[in-house]
Amino acid sequence: MRTGLFWIFSVAALAGSVGVVANVRNPINSALNLVVTMLALAGLYVLLEAQFVGLIQVMVYAGAIVVLFLFVIMLLNLRGSGTTGAEVQPLVKIAGTAVVAISSFFLIRVLSTGRAPWPDVDASYGTTREIGEALYTDYALAVQVAGVLLLAGILAAVVLAKKKLD
Amino acid sequence: MGDISPFQFQVVAALIFMIGVVGVLTRRNIIVMFMCIELMLNAANLSLVAFSREVGDDQGQIFAFMVMVVAAVEVAVGLAIIISLVRNRDTVNIEDASQMKW
Amino acid sequence: MATSTVVVALFIFALVVLVFAPIMTWVERKQSALMQDRIGANRASIGGIKALGLIHPLADVIKMITKEDTMPTGAHPFIHLISPFIAVTPAMISFAVIPYGGTYDLWGAHFTLCVADLDYGVLYLFAIGSIATYGSMLAGWAGNNNYGMLGSIRVSAQMISYEVALGVTVIGLFMIFGTLRLTEMGVLQEQTFRVFGFLEYLGWVAPGTRWLDWFTLPMWGIVLQPLPFFMFLTALMAENKRAPFDTPEGESEIVAGYFIEYSGMKFGLYMMGEWIEVVVISALLAAMFLGGWTLPWLPEKTLIAALIPAFGANIANLMAMLLAVGVFLGKVVGLIFFQMLVRWSMPRFRYDQVMNLGWKILLPLSLANIVLTAVGILLVKEVTGT
Repeated sequence: MRTGLFWIFSVAALAGSVGVVANVRNPINSALNLVVTMLALAGLYVLLEAQFVGLIQVMVYAGAIVVLFLFVIMLLNLRGSGTTGAEVQPLVKIAGTAVVAISSFFLIRVLSTGRAPWPDVDASYGTTREIGEALYTDYALAVQVAGVLLLAGILAAVVLAKKKLD
Repeated sequence: MGDISPFQFQVVAALIFMIGVVGVLTRRNIIVMFMCIELMLNAANLSLVAFSREVGDDQGQIFAFMVMVVAAVEVAVGLAIIISLVRNRDTVNIEDASQMKW
Repeated sequence: MATSTVVVALFIFALVVLVFAPIMTWVERKQSALMQDRIGANRASIGGIKALGLIHPLADVIKMITKEDTMPTGAHPFIHLISPFIAVTPAMISFAVIPYGGTYDLWGAHFTLCVADLDYGVLYLFAIGSIATYGSMLAGWAGNNNYGMLGSIRVSAQMISYEVALGVTVIGLFMIFGTLRLTEMGVLQEQTFRVFGFLEYLGWVAPGTRWLDWFTLPMWGIVLQPLPFFMFLTALMAENKRAPFDTPEGESEIVAGYFIEYSGMKFGLYMMGEWIEVVVISALLAAMFLGGWTLPWLPEKTLIAALIPAFGANIANLMAMLLAVGVFLGKVVGLIFFQMLVRWSMPRFRYDQVMNLGWKILLPLSLANIVLTAVGILLVKEVTGT
């Protein structure tokens, strides 16, 4: 069953990401394909017994980030508004794709050497309690820094998006 | 975990990352380029989580979690930049926003 | 998967989707009629039997299914087609983690009355809820209608905003219970605590005083965290986009908002999704704040132990189980009634008022609540010495 799920999720993730790139007609279609990729990746995380990260993936990426993308696309009303003309020459596309294909071939060659089988992990691996305890003890500084970063991000977004500051 | 090896997860991650790279290189719609950057970040996350499972230690998951925080901030700021770009220039084509090049 | 899980899942699905959702339409009509001093739905009949208007849901379904299913020109056909399904599916699968009772042993079978007893139960509900946003926001966009577009911009902003408040409000509760698992929360809420126990610690009352034991309260979420109960309810109702938070569909401003271009059963699916979500909200609140399936001052173990001599272990367990399900459903029905009460007595908020409530009132209050709860937990630890 895990094998089947792995194939379903991987194919969905790859198809979704191809859809993001290949959809030249409308950015909304790209965003929807991105949702599919995010949900499939969440499934892969759960297969890797990282349930908490999987849930956060659904909440943060699928539930907030892509919704923001869609929100901006709707707000700017980019409904097929001549964005097709914004694309580059086919020759550049082919060249880029070729470069990437060759480099991914080498990447896979490198990754395929010396793989060990899965080790056994105890039941607490990847649970909310385990991740939470690690975050608030060993990685407390990282959490604080992330909080400051989020605050800076909020301020920057407000300053940038506001038409004029009062 | 059945007959799925850690290697296969890494291949999926590498392929998604490469698709993201293709997108950034070939697309000129700034929103789609931004989505492709998200794809690359996600591919890195998948790789981290898979390595974490392979080692049996949850450090990789915490790293992935932090990447998500950074991605959320990045999206908020990036989309704000896109909104102000469209307001000022009325375009989503990245070629039209080239004043900083020289 | 154990067969008992499948049975429980099917039972819950049948109960909730096939019974609760249609009856909600009846409840909504009849309760609004009651509150507005009208009679309400009473015309539909089968052979003269009207059954207090209970035939109306059936008539509704037949009407919805036989209506013409229109699609406007310029609509995105695929997204227009799937949006209602995206809207209704999260509401349905939310029931997977809701516990309807504790763990029971019946004739050798050992099972929990919860389909998926997940370690991260509440987080699962939040994640599923955040997916539900797409159903509404894509619907408005796909219909190629300006009112729909306004509705979907409103709905996405409102739902993202209230998701933040939704998550932060209940952190205090998680800190107290130390778990996200809804079944564990139910068991923890069976305990009681002495209201005036702190007097003993302060030395005002001699240790072991009898009357301290007379004033006990169950450790329900609403007792420990009264303010977050109402904030959580508010945030959940705003997530559900029903009155008084129905600015995305505000009839008097933007006609019908995001589902303006839907007709027939697709429109019905949006309505059904909202009604099922009312049930989900009630069940979640009952499980987290109102003690779930437990009765106050009566732990289930004590009840079963008391029943065993009279009826034997199996019958005692069965009786306890039925009582638990009954108690839980009673709490759910009460909360549904309360939500309907709010829905029919409050006028619609203005859009900026909705946003202000979420960001300027709920969020700061819930952040303050986290700090206060942390102080409270430390004090209690100091007092009890654990």
